[in-house]
Amino acid sequence: MPKELIRLANCTMAFDGEVVLDNINLYINDQEFLTLLGPSGCGKTTTLRIIGGFQTPTQGDVFFDGVRINDVPPHKRTINTVFQRYALFPHLNVFENIAFGLRIPKTDPESRRKVKLPESEIQERVLEMLKVVNLKGFEKRAVSSLSGGQQQRVAIARALVNRPKVLLLDEPLGALDLRLRKDMQIELKRIQQAMGITFIYVTHDQEEALAMSDTVVVMDEGKIQQIGTPEDIYNEPKNAFVADFIGESNIIDGIMRADGVVEIFNRRFQCLDKGFAKDEPVDVVIRPEDVDIVPEGQGQLKGTVTSVTFKGMQYDIIVDFYGFKWLIQTTDLSPVGSRIGIKIDPDGIHVMKKSHYSGMFGDYSSYSEEYEEISDADYDPEAEDQEAEHEEE
Amino acid sequence: MKKNKLALFSAPYVLWMAVFVVIPILMIVVYAFSSAGGGFTLENFARIGDYMVVFTRSFKLAFIATAICLLLGYPVSCFLAREGPRFQRVAMMLIMLPMWMNFLLRTYAWMSLLENTGLLNRFFEAIGLFDLINGIFGTNLEYFKMINTQGAVVLGMVYNFLPFMILPIYSVIVKLDHRLIEAARDLGADSATVFRRVTLPLSLPGVLSGITMVFVPAVSTFAISQLLGGGKQLLLGNLIEMQFKGTAYNPQLGSAVALVMMLVVVVCMTVMNRFGEGEEQAVML
Amino acid sequence: MNRKPSLFSRLMTGLIFLFLYAPIFVLIIFSFNNSKSRSVWAGFTLDWYDKLFHDQMILDALYTTLAVSVLAAVIATVAGTFAAIGFYNMKKRWRTPLMTVNNIPMVNAEIVTGVSLCLFFVAFFNLWGDFAHWVNGAFGLQLPEQLYLGFGTMLIAHITFNIPYVILSIMPKLRQMDKNLVDAAQDLGCTWMQAFWKVVVPEIKPGIINGLLIAFTMSVDDFVISYFTAGSSTANLAMRIYAMTKKRISPEVNAVSTLLFVTVLVLLVIINVREARQERAAAKQRIT
Repeated sequence: MPKELIRLANCTMAFDGEVVLDNINLYINDQEFLTLLGPSGCGKTTTLRIIGGFQTPTQGDVFFDGVRINDVPPHKRTINTVFQRYALFPHLNVFENIAFGLRIPKTDPESRRKVKLPESEIQERVLEMLKVVNLKGFEKRAVSSLSGGQQQRVAIARALVNRPKVLLLDEPLGALDLRLRKDMQIELKRIQQAMGITFIYVTHDQEEALAMSDTVVVMDEGKIQQIGTPEDIYNEPKNAFVADFIGESNIIDGIMRADGVVEIFNRRFQCLDKGFAKDEPVDVVIRPEDVDIVPEGQGQLKGTVTSVTFKGMQYDIIVDFYGFKWLIQTTDLSPVGSRIGIKIDPDGIHVMKKSHYSGMFGDYSSYSEEYEEISDADYDPEAEDQEAEHEEE
Repeated sequence: MKKNKLALFSAPYVLWMAVFVVIPILMIVVYAFSSAGGGFTLENFARIGDYMVVFTRSFKLAFIATAICLLLGYPVSCFLAREGPRFQRVAMMLIMLPMWMNFLLRTYAWMSLLENTGLLNRFFEAIGLFDLINGIFGTNLEYFKMINTQGAVVLGMVYNFLPFMILPIYSVIVKLDHRLIEAARDLGADSATVFRRVTLPLSLPGVLSGITMVFVPAVSTFAISQLLGGGKQLLLGNLIEMQFKGTAYNPQLGSAVALVMMLVVVVCMTVMNRFGEGEEQAVML
Repeated sequence: MNRKPSLFSRLMTGLIFLFLYAPIFVLIIFSFNNSKSRSVWAGFTLDWYDKLFHDQMILDALYTTLAVSVLAAVIATVAGTFAAIGFYNMKKRWRTPLMTVNNIPMVNAEIVTGVSLCLFFVAFFNLWGDFAHWVNGAFGLQLPEQLYLGFGTMLIAHITFNIPYVILSIMPKLRQMDKNLVDAAQDLGCTWMQAFWKVVVPEIKPGIINGLLIAFTMSVDDFVISYFTAGSSTANLAMRIYAMTKKRISPEVNAVSTLLFVTVLVLLVIINVREARQERAAAKQRIT
């Protein structure tokens, strides 16, 4: 039975009247790897900063091991943080950066006197930590002389050397290139398991979240959209936002005709979903890899291929069904302009309740992820910083 | 929260500013509108009309000196930015070093150079310049009259304030992203166009702060005109100084002059900065 | 700007330096002149240096200059550091107007700053006179009823015009600092006071030292503001020199300036050589 370690109860956060977190309820178990996932401005970093003690929620309570810790300052929490862009102290070398926390005199709970750790213990613990993060022999180096990946390891070592019960990681891999990021994901998971502590991880990268986490918390607009294991989140998204944010999805309007029967484009499909009202309008999610391409005559739906992109392992093809464009991933090449039919197994169809996200996602009419970003005049590559800047005003 | 706690660090200084910056400036305003007896009056401003010559002379000389500083300082800043890092380091040190010798003394040294029997005139005599000129034009020249002229005052201003023009321009130019210049060249711009369309607009903030840093002390100086103008080229600074420390003790009039000078400078700078901002935006677009 | 500097540009740079240094060379050369003349060379002597150390007036002025500069620079640096940190952590709608006021002494003509402080001090002394008179009468105390412009007022004026320069040199360092550093220090167990001393101060140390040096330089070199705030009993070197220019400057002043100049030159050379060495060492470390 996992033990509950942290609980956020009805936490709301507002800056100058603007609500950034809206009534968050969340518990985190001991030794869990939990990821807060969402687009920039969704409130994930704010949630992390509340747990770290850098911000006090406007409403609601934070519990640690059953004790309310709203007013406990960061330096008195047994929680440490790996900051965005690391926040290493440029005036200290690698050893002194890691030793920083150990050199702060701590109040002894019995004698109430400030005690300093003996130098030998500091040495020992720092060197041990350097071994854990594979940076043996780097202790005398200036942090500015390290590569991004090495700085990342120093930041992790600096936090872990204090033996926290919880490690908070705020987009720790955001500044690394793709290869390094993949390596560090495995590394982080290994460290978490070796140390046996709770990791709370913030990211906007859904692949990262799925690969590393025990539990994923999907957030948007200051609210929790869904909590679950990576498999749950991927296979059973709760609404169009989650379905779109995690992986690729075709999201189509449908009508629930009966338990296990959903109607799309006036055709009835078998599905596994139950418990909807009769004739309830719903959102239907069909993942691109769950669609089988068959000759036109045998298909449940028939359409025209309008675009083909080679992706290495598979082709991404866009197919026009009655004016609605789907993304389908297939290993068989169907040339542009050809007519095809498709079949969908019942477990390839996932039905969701309508939400205010309905109709906003899941259409591939203008398919290109990057194109979406570029053509959006409001798109801000620095958007991740906005949350942080928000706090200033 | 803790943010506000740290903001309180500035509280003592805010108080200090209120007492030693804001109140004294307000006192100038109050004095400018007061008569010797203490009542309200506009007479001080009416009397400024008598000194119109001084105003025009001050602004004229300061303007000329600023223009010369810009003409000398801008190219030199560009040249320096092109040199190697070691050369630049030494050059910057050499530009700042003279500031460590009192400016009055350095200006005084110019007196020895510019005097009728000074070092420059002796040098010209030694190389036979006067004989040559007298031979050609049939004149009877024994020396160039340099000291106690407006030219000498302008020279003193340029000499003293040139580093204030070079430093801000240099620090902007040296930080210019070299890729911008390459990009401009790539897009087909020749050196002149690169300079006109890229380097110059981007260095404008440095130019503007250089102009301010030269013009303001130049228009208000009283020591330079005292030393190199021989007390004949009265400037605003001298006028103010006389009202506070001199025989013509009249702090009310002095305050009025200072206030008007301050306002004219503020208006000039605002107009210039507005113009500068417009330029920058035009470049951005 | 990767074009090699042309002969013309080198020549122009050279001429500018000649222009900047010609009077300084004249000054230094004539500090060794065996005559009071400032343009006729009458042979080499060290007399002026000898006389300098016996001229009480110049020594007093030198002492005043150094005392005011050291005190004003140190006080302004401490106050300016705290002020800069305060401003940096302030909400923008407060910071902007306060920074504008802070910039006044830097942007304003020195003579206006000097004159305004002079007016302020005199007005304050009048008020104080009345107040002290009343207190002495009412409580039988011995407060001085008449205050004068002097060392104290000059020091206050110097601190006032130095602090903006200190803030100016610290602000960029604060802005460059990673915003998370203070959070990181607190996260690792520091109280915010400890975070301030262990992280913020070391981070902005170059700015603080730079500010201290600028403040000291401004004070040593200041003439105009001192002239209006020091009164008639106190004088720094610049004021003494100005008084002399009305008659004739004694070459002793050349001598004292030469000494100051050479001291600064040596200091600057040492600092630069050290910096260059450190940079080279850092570069080397990066390679290995």
